Amino acid sequence: MTAFKFSKENEERVKEILTHYPPDRKASAILPLFELAQRQCGGWLPKEALEAITEMLEVSLIRGYEVATFYTMFNLKPMGKYHLQICGTTPCMLRGSEDLKGVCQRHLGIENKETTKDGLFTLTEVECIGACTNAPVVQINDDYFEDLDEKSFLKILEDLKADRPVKPGSAIGRQGSAPERRRANAKGK
Amino acid sequence: MPKLVIDDKEIEVLEGMTVLQAAAEAGVEIPVFCYHPKLSIAGNCRMCLVEVKNTPKPVASCAMPVCEGMVVHTNSAMVEKARKGVLEFLLINHPLDCPICDQGGECDLQDITMAYGRSSSRFDLNKRAVPDKEFGPLIETAMNRCIQCTRCVRFSSEIVGIPELGAMGRGEDMEIGTYVQKTITSELSGNLIDICPVGALTSKPYSFKGRSWELSHTPSIDVFDAVGSAIRVDTRGREVMRILPRQNDEVNETWISDKTRFAYDGLKYQRLDQPYARGEDGLLHPVGWKEAFSLIADRLQHVPGNHIATLAGDMVDAEAMVALKDLMTSLGSPHIDCRQEGSSVGVGPRCSYLFNTTIAGIEQADFCLLIDTNPRWEAPLINARIRKNYLFNNLPVASIGPVYPLGYPVKDLGNDPQILEKILKGKHPICSALKAARKPMLILGQGGLKRPDGDVILRLTQEIADKYGFVQKAWNGFNVLQTAASRVAGLDLGFVPGPKGYGTQKILEAAKKKKIEVVYLLAADEIDVNSLESTFVIYQGHHGDRGATVADVILPGCAYTEKEGTYVNTEGRVQRTLKATPPPGEAKEDWKIIKALSDKLGLSLPYVTPKEIQARLVEVNPLFDEVDRIQPSSWKPFGREGNVNPAPFEFAIQNFYMTDSISRHSRTMAKCVQQILGQEKVHA
Repeated sequence: MTAFKFSKENEERVKEILTHYPPDRKASAILPLFELAQRQCGGWLPKEALEAITEMLEVSLIRGYEVATFYTMFNLKPMGKYHLQICGTTPCMLRGSEDLKGVCQRHLGIENKETTKDGLFTLTEVECIGACTNAPVVQINDDYFEDLDEKSFLKILEDLKADRPVKPGSAIGRQGSAPERRRANAKGK
Repeated sequence: MPKLVIDDKEIEVLEGMTVLQAAAEAGVEIPVFCYHPKLSIAGNCRMCLVEVKNTPKPVASCAMPVCEGMVVHTNSAMVEKARKGVLEFLLINHPLDCPICDQGGECDLQDITMAYGRSSSRFDLNKRAVPDKEFGPLIETAMNRCIQCTRCVRFSSEIVGIPELGAMGRGEDMEIGTYVQKTITSELSGNLIDICPVGALTSKPYSFKGRSWELSHTPSIDVFDAVGSAIRVDTRGREVMRILPRQNDEVNETWISDKTRFAYDGLKYQRLDQPYARGEDGLLHPVGWKEAFSLIADRLQHVPGNHIATLAGDMVDAEAMVALKDLMTSLGSPHIDCRQEGSSVGVGPRCSYLFNTTIAGIEQADFCLLIDTNPRWEAPLINARIRKNYLFNNLPVASIGPVYPLGYPVKDLGNDPQILEKILKGKHPICSALKAARKPMLILGQGGLKRPDGDVILRLTQEIADKYGFVQKAWNGFNVLQTAASRVAGLDLGFVPGPKGYGTQKILEAAKKKKIEVVYLLAADEIDVNSLESTFVIYQGHHGDRGATVADVILPGCAYTEKEGTYVNTEGRVQRTLKATPPPGEAKEDWKIIKALSDKLGLSLPYVTPKEIQARLVEVNPLFDEVDRIQPSSWKPFGREGNVNPAPFEFAIQNFYMTDSISRHSRTMAKCVQQILGQEKVHA
C-alpha cells in the first residue's frame, strides 16, 4: 500500500476535529482520527494510516500502536465489507447466539475472527454490547440487528450478499425494547 | 514538613514525598516491582501495598503522598495477605523456570516471593504464552516472564526520550514490544536489562554464560568515553564476564552506555600478550622483554632527542602518561602530544578544556547551546542529563552543526561556523533567548575543536560566553565535551608539545619527511598510521590495532580492567580504576614498562611503587590529590583571534559503537554496527 492520505472530504473533517482540542494537546485527537481513517479504509486501520496520523499529531509511533491495540474497535487487519459482531455474553447466549454463530459456520463457512473468501463478511464474537433486552443481538457495521433467530439472521445475510437493503432494529417488529407481547399482568391477562 | 508514623517509628519527611520514600528513610523495607527511583510512578504492580490507618483498603505506597499524622503499617496481617495475593496473581502467568533463567539469583521476583510469597502454588491451569520479541543484538527477551511492570516502557520514553517500547493489547493479553519488530536503537538500551525486575529482558552477550553468585565484583571506572561512569566489573577467574553500572548521581546516576556495558568482549580478542619485534623479513616476531628493550635502546642511542616523538592514546591512564612524559624530558624530546585527533586546544587554562558546568549541573541550566556536538554518541549519559532537564524544566536546546535526533527537541540554527560570529555581534535571532537566559550553558564538541581553526572557534565561543553571561559567580556555562577518557588527565599533566615541540599533525608530517626518526605510541591508534611507515615505531598498548600494524617493537600493556589507573573525566573529576583481572600473558602495567625501559636506557625514573608514581602525579599537578572531587578553575582568556573557516562542521564521532581499540575488536559491537547503526541518519 502506498502512503495513506485522508480524502478531501475527510481532510475537512480532520481540520474540524482538531479544533476540538488545544493545539498543544492535539495528541488527544488520536481516537477520532483513527476512527475516521478506519472508516475511510473500509473498516480497518492500515499501518500506513497509523504512521501518517501519529506523525500528524506528533505522537510517537509506538504510542499510537498502543492505542490502536488497546481498543478492540480498531482493526489492524483487513476486514470484510460487513463486520458481524455477534454478542456471546450470557443473555444473548441464553437467547440463541450460539445458533447465530452456527449460521455463519454453515452458510458463510467462517469461524470467529475469520473473513469470507469473497471479502464480504468478518465474524467476531464480542462481549456484551448493551442491548440485552432484545437478545440475541448482532452488530453489523454501525447497526444493531435484534431479536434474531436463525431464519431472520440468514435472511439478513442473504440480503446483504445480494446487496438488497436491510432494516436494522428488531427482527420481530417490536418497538425499541418494549415488551415482546402485549402488556399483561402476572396472570397473563 | 509532615510527621508520620511508620511501623511505630515516628519520622518527619519532606512535603510531597511518597509513603514508600518515607519508609525508606525510616529504614522500613517495602517490596516493589514497578517503582524505580529514577522513573515516573506507575503504581501498577501493587506489590508495595501498605495499611494506612482509617483507610478501608490497602494503599499503594509508591503513589501515596505522605500527610500529617498518617499511621502506616507495613507488617500487619492485612499487608501480609495483600502481598501474598499480589504475588500469587503475578505468579499465575510467570513461568517457574528460575533454574534456566539468567536472572536467577539476582531476580526481584524470586527474592520477593521468597520473602513475602506463599510457600506453594494453588494454580494448576495453563499459563499464558507470549511470543519472544527481537530487540536487536544486545537484549535477549523471554516475554513469558514479563510481569508488565512497564519499567522498560517508561525508561525508553522518559530517560532515553526515544519511545520505542510500548504495552500492546490490554488485560491479560497485554504484551511489551516495539513497533512491528523494530530493534531498539538507543545507546542506553542495556539499562533495560538492569531495570527489568524479572528475567524478561536479559543480556544477550551474557546469556547462559554464568550465574551471579559465581562472579567477583570489582568497582571501577569506565574509559570508553570521557564521562567516567562508575562501573562494576564482574569477573570469573581471569575473564571479564560482564560490566554493570554503579550508582554515582554526580556522573552517571544508575545508567551506563551500551558501549561501556557490552564492549568488554573486545578484551578477549587480538590482545598483545608478549613483546614483538619486526624482523628483517618485515614480519613481527615474538621476543622477550629484554630483547625488546635492547632493540629500543640500540635504536635510540644515535638519535638526538628532538628526533623522537610520542603520542598518547584515548584510554591511557595518567600514571603511564606522566612516566612517558618524564622519559621524553630525559631524552630531550619536546614532541609529545596526548591529542591524537590533532586538536590544537588544551594548552590554555584548565577551564578551556573542561565541562565546567559539571554533569549534575546540567540540571540547573535554563538554556543549552550545542556547538558541533552529538552528545548522544560522544557522551550518552550527558545527553541523558540534558534530556532530564528537558523533561522536568522544558530546557530549550539549540544546535549549530549537523543534526541528529537526540531525544528532545533541538532548534537547528544551521551548520555554519560563521553563525558564532553572528551571535557574538548580536545579529542572530537566537541572541534574545541567550540574553534572557539566567543560567545558560553551551557545549562545544571535539568535532569543531579538531579543525585547523579550532582555537579560533574556542575564542569565539569564549567571547559569546562572556557576552551573554554564561560565566557568573557561581555558574560556569562554558563546556568542552571531551570524547577521550585520557584527555583531561593528559592536558592536566601537560602532555602537550614543549617549547619548539611538534603537535600530532606536525609529528606525523615530520615523520614522513624523516625529521622524526622514532615515534613512541602509547596506545595511540586514532592516527594516520601510514605516515609512520618509514619511522621506527615503538607501540605500547593492549590491542593489535592500527598502531601495532606499523610498529617495529611492540610492548604489551594493560587494558583498563587490568590495572590500577587514574583517569580524569571531562568535568575534571579525578577517579581511579581497580584491577579486576590480571593482564594476559606477559603484558605489564603501562607505567612499569616505561619505568623499566628508562632503567635500560640509563635514565632511571625515580619511582618504583604505585604510591611513588601517584606522588609524582600530585607533584606535577596537585589536583591529582583530590580523588572524586572537582576543583573549580579560574576563568581566563584562551583560544586565538582569527577568522573562522566557513566550512560546515562535522561530528567528532561517526560510529558510536567503534571508537577505540577495544570496541573495534568486540563482536557485540560489530553486531550493533550491522543491525543498529544507520537506522537514523545524521543530517549535515
